[in-house]
Amino acid sequence: MADSGETGGPVKKDGIQQAKTEGKELTKEEKQRLRKEKKQQKKSKEKKDEKASQESEKEKKPVSSASPASQPPTQPITPKAPSAVPTLVPVPASETPAPADKPAKSKAEMKAERRARQEAERASKQGKKGEVGQQAAPGKPKAPPSELQPVVKRLPEHVQVDNPEVLKKLAKKLERQQIPLRSDYGYKVSLFSHLHQYSRKAPLTQQLSIPSTVIHPAIVRLGLQYSQGIVAGSNARSVALLHAFKQVIRDYTTPPNEELSRDLVNKLKPYISFLNQCRPLSASMGNAIKYIKKEISNIPSQCKEEEAKSKLLNCIDRYIDEKINLAAKAIAKSSIEKISDGDVILVYGCSSLVNHILCEAFEKNRKFRVIVVDSRPRLEGREALRRLVQRGISCTYVLISAVSYILPEVSKVFLGAHALLANGYVMSRVGTSQIALVAKAFNVPVLVCCETYKFCERVQTDSFVSNELDDPDDLIVTRKGKTQLEHWQEVPSLGLLNLVYDVTPPDFVDLVITDLGMIPCTSVPVVLRVKNVDQ
Amino acid sequence: MPGPDKETDLTERIEAFLSDLKRGGSGTGPLRGSAETARETTALLRRITAQARWSSAGDLMEIIRKEGRRMTAAQPSETTVGNMIRRVLKIIREEYARSRGSSEETDQQESLHKLLTSGGLSEENFRQHFAALKANVIEAINELLTELEGTTDNIAMQALEHIHSNEVIMTIGRSRTVESFLKDAARKRKFHVIVAECAPFCQGHKMATSLSEAGIETTVIADAAIFAVMSRVNKVIIGTQTVLANGGLRAVNGTHTLALAAKHHSTPLIVCAPMFKLSPQVRRLTNEPDFYNFCEILSKVNVHCPVFDYVPPELITLFISNIGGHAPSYIYRLMSELYHPEDHEL
Repeated sequence: MADSGETGGPVKKDGIQQAKTEGKELTKEEKQRLRKEKKQQKKSKEKKDEKASQESEKEKKPVSSASPASQPPTQPITPKAPSAVPTLVPVPASETPAPADKPAKSKAEMKAERRARQEAERASKQGKKGEVGQQAAPGKPKAPPSELQPVVKRLPEHVQVDNPEVLKKLAKKLERQQIPLRSDYGYKVSLFSHLHQYSRKAPLTQQLSIPSTVIHPAIVRLGLQYSQGIVAGSNARSVALLHAFKQVIRDYTTPPNEELSRDLVNKLKPYISFLNQCRPLSASMGNAIKYIKKEISNIPSQCKEEEAKSKLLNCIDRYIDEKINLAAKAIAKSSIEKISDGDVILVYGCSSLVNHILCEAFEKNRKFRVIVVDSRPRLEGREALRRLVQRGISCTYVLISAVSYILPEVSKVFLGAHALLANGYVMSRVGTSQIALVAKAFNVPVLVCCETYKFCERVQTDSFVSNELDDPDDLIVTRKGKTQLEHWQEVPSLGLLNLVYDVTPPDFVDLVITDLGMIPCTSVPVVLRVKNVDQ
Repeated sequence: MPGPDKETDLTERIEAFLSDLKRGGSGTGPLRGSAETARETTALLRRITAQARWSSAGDLMEIIRKEGRRMTAAQPSETTVGNMIRRVLKIIREEYARSRGSSEETDQQESLHKLLTSGGLSEENFRQHFAALKANVIEAINELLTELEGTTDNIAMQALEHIHSNEVIMTIGRSRTVESFLKDAARKRKFHVIVAECAPFCQGHKMATSLSEAGIETTVIADAAIFAVMSRVNKVIIGTQTVLANGGLRAVNGTHTLALAAKHHSTPLIVCAPMFKLSPQVRRLTNEPDFYNFCEILSKVNVHCPVFDYVPPELITLFISNIGGHAPSYIYRLMSELYHPEDHEL
């Protein structure tokens, strides 16, 4: 059992096997830990097998000589690799010695075995090639992992609301982090039973004790602002998030015997869960959080606390500056070239970036007028209208149902985006795809303005699989003194649907203006790849 | 002689009707459905025929045309008034022709021979007096009234031919015709309806409550979500205010967007419109929408709130009317059956 003690993974696995063979009863925590370890093992195997193929080869070779006895028992179970080099067989063998003769093996373990075998075969083939030129070997395995890296992402919880196991897991996780679970509200339309639907009148903060000991007050305030819609819009939400994290970092002190780089990340996890419960995270927020976590974990351990904190604060400031402020300036510069005198520009809702562009163009003395399209129930267009009129731009205001009436007058459509998906679809406020559709029918060019930090690796083709359901009571309105839908909850067959986002197919969009330049919608994955390689 | 009394009585009624029309469209949305308007117009025309003083068909037609012009001027957007007047004029022509003895068939056809030799009915001045004409005309108008009363039911009867189980149907705003159509189908089949609320009047809400009370699974969505949910919709069924001569529609605000979204997803668009909505107008290029001033904070802004949309015939799949289903390309033919070409301009 103790012969394969080189890599940490096999040892742990041996421990598991040991425990199982000894018939010990594992407690819940141990089971969770074991599951985590198994997952980590799988991941590390997939990543490192190809990189460290040579080392493992060399290491396994003495092992193979030391454990020839384990060969025969594994051979009947590994019939798929009879032609494999003898050094290969011990690789999986050394990792699963004990239950090799045990017939009762779980499916997952057999899968792991098979995968390990395949990886090892691949590694040996590369190793054979690389043995001749070993210097080139470390360089070669690096390139393939980025291509062959199986992106086996776990499906996020917020699109699996109809799966009771996922809900149970989430409840347990929140319990551990001491964050209250927010319950769904109202009758959900069956097409969207996989999404959450919350009520604005029941914010999560009502279930927290004041003052909250687990969650930093800045985060509590931020969560409340998100859930009530006080802070809305992807840029605003990201900036608010980063400022709140700055506050958290300022107030943070490393507990004794802990490293800042690891402990701070663990401290941030319950905050992120809390914010997610208040309102599902946007793509831009997700990218910002990834960046912060990376920066924190890259802090060297010998760094002093004050130095580390100021470094992190600087990083965050730089991120906001570069990705949001400077990007806005760059995008405004390129967009102004697209705005000519006498233009009639149509905008939808309130996008901070589009408003910024229009104000900049107006400063540069371009003569144009703006048509602001608005939609119920959010009526965000009124805010954009207010900002533009304050600058002195001449505006017209219509509701989205009048878009086909007003479009013959329009020369260009400028739209903002919430995120740009990897298949070229634009995820934005609900109604954007409709405007793009009608604009296409009237042959009016559609330009989408989006910073690169909102680019997202997800793919999506329709607005159902992943969306956000807002409070359904928002649709209720009083007209002529009568509120028709007031008692909608009492009518069993009536449902209200208040979507927040929708996806626009790339054939409706003519141009995407980003801080990297003007690109067509289909070049989004190229930008993502360039960004990943840089990082 | 009750003549003068009758005449004043008649004028009173006409005035009352005109003021009703004017009030009906004065910015608070239509107070009554177009079916009611059609019925009232026809009843009024019958009264005119009965009580006004006329000696020949030409006189009657002149009177009706005059009153008709006043009525259409009172509320231009209410096209059913004009349509009913044209129907009645056609009835008068037919009855006159029948009394004269010439068959209706030959009168209808515009043969080349007729055009060259006699010029057809256009040379007729309808001056001949026929004693039975009044009674015939009133009888024909009564038939027209019965037809009007049965339109909604006739359309609803066809519902089961077009809706199958487990369908998702989308509609916009509130149309009484579509409401009864869907309720009739719901008696036998189970399906799901998505109603777009149609801001700013939000009449879709009333439609949704009424449908859900009949036990139909209904969902209300905002106008902005029409394209987002269209991929799951099997059929789009809408009502309209007017059907134009080219097969296009003049329908409530937002219908054009709905039609474009349906076309993009290749979803059939079905229009439930009774025959009295068929109007010989075509779309006026200087699109005269009815503006409705919306409550707005700032006075420096132009606000547009058109009430109607034009939908071109290419986006429509089917018309369902009280006489059956037709393709949009057939509408011009129905037009020539219902109205005489000379009456297109009142």
